[in-house]
Amino acid sequence: MVAPGIRFRGSAALDGRALFSGLELDLKSTGWTCLLGVSGVGKTTILRMIAGLETGAVLHGEITASDGAPLGDRIAYMAQSDLLLPWATVRENVSLGARLRGEAVNRDLVDRLIADVGLSEHAGKKPHALSGGQRQRVALARTLMENRAVILLDEPFSALDARTRAEMQELAHRLLKGRTVLLVTHDPAEAARLGDTIVVMTEAGVTEVPPPEGPAPRAVDDPAYLEAQARLMMLLRAV
Amino acid sequence: MRVLGGVFAAVVALALWQAIVSLTDVPRFILPPPALVFETWIANRALIWEHTLATATEIALGLLIGAGLGIVTALTLASSEFARLTMRPVLVFTQALPVFALAPILTLWLGFGLGSKIAMAVLIIYFPITSAFFDGLMRTPQGFLDLARTMGASNWTTLWRIRVPAALPSLGSGLRLAAVYAPIGAVIGEWVGSSQGLGYLMLLANGRAKTDLMFAALFTLGLLSILLYVLVNWATLTYLKRHTPGV
Ligand SMILES: Nc1ncnc2c1ncn2[C@@H]1O[C@H](COP(=O)(O)OP(=O)(O)OP(=O)(O)O)[C@@H](O)[C@H]1O
Ligand SMILES: [Mg+2]
Repeated sequence: MVAPGIRFRGSAALDGRALFSGLELDLKSTGWTCLLGVSGVGKTTILRMIAGLETGAVLHGEITASDGAPLGDRIAYMAQSDLLLPWATVRENVSLGARLRGEAVNRDLVDRLIADVGLSEHAGKKPHALSGGQRQRVALARTLMENRAVILLDEPFSALDARTRAEMQELAHRLLKGRTVLLVTHDPAEAARLGDTIVVMTEAGVTEVPPPEGPAPRAVDDPAYLEAQARLMMLLRAV
Repeated sequence: MRVLGGVFAAVVALALWQAIVSLTDVPRFILPPPALVFETWIANRALIWEHTLATATEIALGLLIGAGLGIVTALTLASSEFARLTMRPVLVFTQALPVFALAPILTLWLGFGLGSKIAMAVLIIYFPITSAFFDGLMRTPQGFLDLARTMGASNWTTLWRIRVPAALPSLGSGLRLAAVYAPIGAVIGEWVGSSQGLGYLMLLANGRAKTDLMFAALFTLGLLSILLYVLVNWATLTYLKRHTPGV
């Protein structure tokens, strides 16, 4: 089954004040859409609306999948905070989805993903014993473990150092082939590196910006990527 | 350090007690000197031990049953809107009633034996446990619930795997409170009517003007209560530290 595209049309009000209006956002089937914007502009709100979760805002409009089927059970959601269960080990946290659904846990896959995010030595630890960046990588592994068609990532690499971030971006890109991904970020470099579609969100509304040439993830020294990063930065500061 | 502090406070209290007895002419049947109480305690150790066992049994069974009922009630309330609507007003109403006032009725219904004392202890600790655990179950961090929902968890697994573990610290507080209340319940039950237990022994000694024995029983009751609290405190905190470290 092909991962569906998603169409978001609508306006949202927060305490009677418009948060965004006439938003037109399209997530292309099987591609990465990067939603770039400054803090507080409404990125998380959009992502949570797609996930069907409560937000402080009221949505007037609709969110539909290109194949017309409901999205509810086809989404994996990685929130801005890691949401690791403090009483569960890294392994238990990564396998949470299967355990919650009463499915058999694929232990080999769990251990492989934990190794992929570089945490094999920590697999038996509980979250309090991990650093912020390590915790974020556990949350990433947990999201990758969910075999879902649509993946919503809310600043998934924000707590990582530059080198680990580049590695995790490549890992996520490799493991999420064929999925429809929405990546929310405030980092122009990340959007320029990973986006098949790049959407900049400011108080004035959303603008689609052409991505740099070449397939993602782009090399960190790719001139087109560096140039796009600068262009996005200018756009963000223009308002 | 804390143990040392406790010992120091006890020594000061004993000295004060002895000073009052020596400096005033307070008669022995009003306030016996500490040394006499200690002697009586040693001399009557078999008798006191027997009554201590009775009271300890009442407290332990009361705690066990009360905690079990409280946990089941909290789980029921937390998992069903209907239960919340119907049961909560009843619970609050029963709390408005002074539970001590029920002691004579319990004795009438359940007799002078163990049953009425256990029931009294259960009644006293049931509400603190229920309300502490229930509050914990209703205060699950929203993010965890969102996560469970996007992962396709049923209400039941969400309760079992997310809400209950997240509420264990609250249940622990409830249990620690219950450990303080349970002895009160048992002793009140004994005062209203019984033939054994430290509360009964106190009344008996009082009736025969054996104030020293009464103090010895009271002292034993205090020790028993402190021991129980320390034990429950240690058990819950040790478990929580292992289960949810860093919280
Ligand atoms: N639950 C809520 N109730 C009321 N207002 C909210 C709620 N959540 C967010 N907001 C407000 O909505 C606006 C958008 O918030 P949102 O979390 O979507 O921003 P964001 O773009 O994700 O920011 P950041 O990059 O800092 O995460 C903000 O002004 C915020 O204060
Ligand atoms: Mg956000």
